[in-house]
Amino acid sequence: MNYSAYTIQELRESLKKKHFSSESVVKDCLREIEDNKNLNAFITVCEKEAVEKAKEADKKIKEGADLPLLGVPISIKDMYLTKGIRTTAASKVLDDYIPQYSATAVKKLENAGAIILGKTNCDAWAHGSSGENSDYGPTENPYLKDYVPGGSSSGSAVSVAANMCFASTGTDTGGSIRLPASFCNVVGLKPTYGRVSRYGVIAMASSLDSIGHFTRYVEESALILSITAGKDPYDGTTPNEKVEDYSSYFKKNIKGIRIGMPKEYFSKGLDKRIKEKIEKEVRYLESRGAKIEIISLPHTEYAIACYYIILPAEVSSNLARYDGIRYGSARQNFGDEAKRRIILGTYVLSSGYYDAYYKKAMKIRTLIKKDFDEAFKKVDVIIAPVSPTLPWKIGEKADDPLAMYLTDIYTVTANLAGIPGLSVPIGLVDGLPVGMQILGPHFSEGRLFQVGKAVEESGL
Amino acid sequence: MKIDVKHVAKLANLPLSGDEEEKFERQLASIIEYVEKLNETDVGNVEETSQITGLENVTREDHPKPSLSQDEALSNAKSKHNGLFKVKKVL
Repeated sequence: MNYSAYTIQELRESLKKKHFSSESVVKDCLREIEDNKNLNAFITVCEKEAVEKAKEADKKIKEGADLPLLGVPISIKDMYLTKGIRTTAASKVLDDYIPQYSATAVKKLENAGAIILGKTNCDAWAHGSSGENSDYGPTENPYLKDYVPGGSSSGSAVSVAANMCFASTGTDTGGSIRLPASFCNVVGLKPTYGRVSRYGVIAMASSLDSIGHFTRYVEESALILSITAGKDPYDGTTPNEKVEDYSSYFKKNIKGIRIGMPKEYFSKGLDKRIKEKIEKEVRYLESRGAKIEIISLPHTEYAIACYYIILPAEVSSNLARYDGIRYGSARQNFGDEAKRRIILGTYVLSSGYYDAYYKKAMKIRTLIKKDFDEAFKKVDVIIAPVSPTLPWKIGEKADDPLAMYLTDIYTVTANLAGIPGLSVPIGLVDGLPVGMQILGPHFSEGRLFQVGKAVEESGL
Repeated sequence: MKIDVKHVAKLANLPLSGDEEEKFERQLASIIEYVEKLNETDVGNVEETSQITGLENVTREDHPKPSLSQDEALSNAKSKHNGLFKVKKVL
């Protein structure tokens, strides 16, 4: 992309000054999508509509309109309903589904002037950590051929990493934004539960689903959140909590900020090379005045077990609506992972097992949340790895669901506790990207951006 | 611990082939074994968490609002009749 040197903010400035048109930017992105078809990042590309919208945007710009994303091309994960544009959830069950309305987040982005280039590939129903579970074929990592880009928001991360667009939306139920962000060298935000409306986003596990996005830079991530966040009468979990002016955090330095490193996240199981990279970043932050403290989140070891009870339980309930009558096709068209989760979820909720599994998991969830509450009395943010390993080869874990589930060990806790997490790139190991996550208390996204920006500036 | 996949699939209205039943039974056994880990902790008096940011009883005024038209609502249905969804006989 010729325009890949621009941040969204810079692109907007140049569009405003008419250095070039939105149409040329959009066409350039569409070319990039076409040239990188082998990565399989998109399920649907809206070429004609996007060019039309770009022309409209150019007209509006000429007339003096000024919107934060006017003329900026973005992509949308195929879990978000887009009125009139096919939405599949990467499952053949919804192969011909054309939504009658758009998700609130999509509406807000469009109202801010963004231009939708298309719908990105992902693990079907957002079930997966690698992007391989898509009924439309796996997405590839743009950094190394035959490697996974991370999932479930695989195509979204790749579309931003490979300069096909300036931002993309994702969903994060157990790491589905942070993991692909870390595997593809981009910035991924999982906001606080309820910060962004879930309305019109195909539900996976309703008590865990977070609606976030990918960008190349931290300041862009803050800009997108300032547009998508806020109360929505169509989603009862969006609170009245004010949306902060996130840009104000970039004026603050990080001197005196207390950073916790949970010892449970840096013990056995974590690739040494990832650990070293994170420690280097932490030393840099310390050199800029941050205070580092080793903390403990004692219930970490139960997180995956807790998550893989609550998650399938809610999945089985949410996928019950796909009866092939009102939309979509018959239930035998679900892929293996959806079928596994439906069975597991139905089982843990079934009579005689509910107390032993689901109820117990909901209690453990309380303990995991309390771990974070205690930690945030001592520190402002927590720094942790995103994935215990580097991206793996396509096919490597395909027949071992448990091995795949264990990849989420460092990410599911934020969903269980409802807290926000920002994954920021910290360099490459053997040609493969590594990310690090910054976690904070509920609604502390501004603080995460502040620290994320400092990490970006480390240049390590 | 094994899941009776055949029975559970029936509860979930999920048609499976014999091969699938066998495969899922094997794969899910290792997952069930793993989640049994939770039994190590004592959760006696701990309260369950379902709404993580602490919201309670969020309601709205019970007034009708604009919604999808009948045609729009039916636009994705494979089988319809006289402006209604057509389904197989239930009783």
